[in-house]
Amino acid sequence: MAITDELKALIGTTTEPVIMEVERGAIRRYADAIDDPNPLFRDVEHAQSSRYGEMICPPGFFGWPVKRGGVMEVLASLTPALARAGCPRILDGGVDFEFYLPIRAGDILTSSGKVADIRAREGKTGTMIFTTLETTFINQNGDLVAKSRATIISL
Amino acid sequence: MAKQLYYEDVEVGIEIPPLVKCPTTRQLVQWAGASGDYYELHYDKDFAQAQGFPNVLVHGKLKFGLLGQMLTDWIGEGGILRKLSCSYRGTDFPGEEIVCKGRVANKYVKDGEHIVECEIWTENPSGEKTTPGNATVILPSRAQDKKEA
Repeated sequence: MAITDELKALIGTTTEPVIMEVERGAIRRYADAIDDPNPLFRDVEHAQSSRYGEMICPPGFFGWPVKRGGVMEVLASLTPALARAGCPRILDGGVDFEFYLPIRAGDILTSSGKVADIRAREGKTGTMIFTTLETTFINQNGDLVAKSRATIISL
Repeated sequence: MAKQLYYEDVEVGIEIPPLVKCPTTRQLVQWAGASGDYYELHYDKDFAQAQGFPNVLVHGKLKFGLLGQMLTDWIGEGGILRKLSCSYRGTDFPGEEIVCKGRVANKYVKDGEHIVECEIWTENPSGEKTTPGNATVILPSRAQDKKEA
C-alpha cells in the first residue's frame, strides 16, 4: 500500500534547529513528574561532588519542552496530510535513543529534526501509517550528545 | 547510596530489580507540564473517549522515563546508559500498576568498554508487556578499577 504524494513529499523534510537551555529547575520538575528520587537529577550539592560535577538530565530529557528538535513543527504539517490520507488518529509508536555524552544543567543544546521515513502498512484495523522522525542534539561545544528516532503511528 | 553494580556482578539471564509504579491522572498532568507535551489524550477523558479509549492514556514517553529510572537505579552512578529504546504496543491507564522489568540478554567487552545489553519492558496488571524495548549500559569493571588504583 502506497502513501499519498503529499506525504511522500514530506519525507526528508528538515526543521530549523531549536536551541534548548537545560535548566536545573526544569530537570527537577521532570524528575518529580516521573517520581524519580535520584539525587543526580535534583540535588545540586550531591551532583557537584559526583563524577558529573553538575546536575544531569534523566534519560530522554533535554530541557523543556522535551518534544523539540522541530518535532511539533513537523507534526503541524504532517497531521493534516495524514488526515487527508485517511489516518487522522495520531499515536506515539515508540522511541529509540542513543546517548553519547551526559547532559548537564547549564548546557545549551541545539536540536534538529528530520522526517526520515513515512510508510504505510495494513493492520487489523485498516491502514496504518508509520512516520519516523530523527532528532539530533548537539551541545555548546559542538559535540553530539544524543540521537533519537521516534515513530508516529497514524490510523 | 546504593552499592555500585559492576560488570562482574552481571550474568546473562539475570533480572533487573523491578520498579513498580502506579501513575495517577494527577501525575499525567504533572508530566504533561514538566515535559511540555499537552496532547489532550492524556488528561481530557472526553477527548480520549472520542478517540475510542475508555479513559485517558499514560504517555508513552512517561513509560520510557520509568524504564529509564529502573535502569539508572540499577547501574548506579558508576554506570552509563548508552541506548534506550521502547515500543508503545499497549495502552496503560492511570490508577493501574505499571511494573518495569528487565533481563540481561548479552554482555561483552568492546574497545575497553564493559557493555551489557538488556531486554526491558513494562507489564500491566494482566501481565501483558505493553512497552517492550532494549537497553545498552556500560558498567565499571572491578578488574579495571584495580588496574587504575
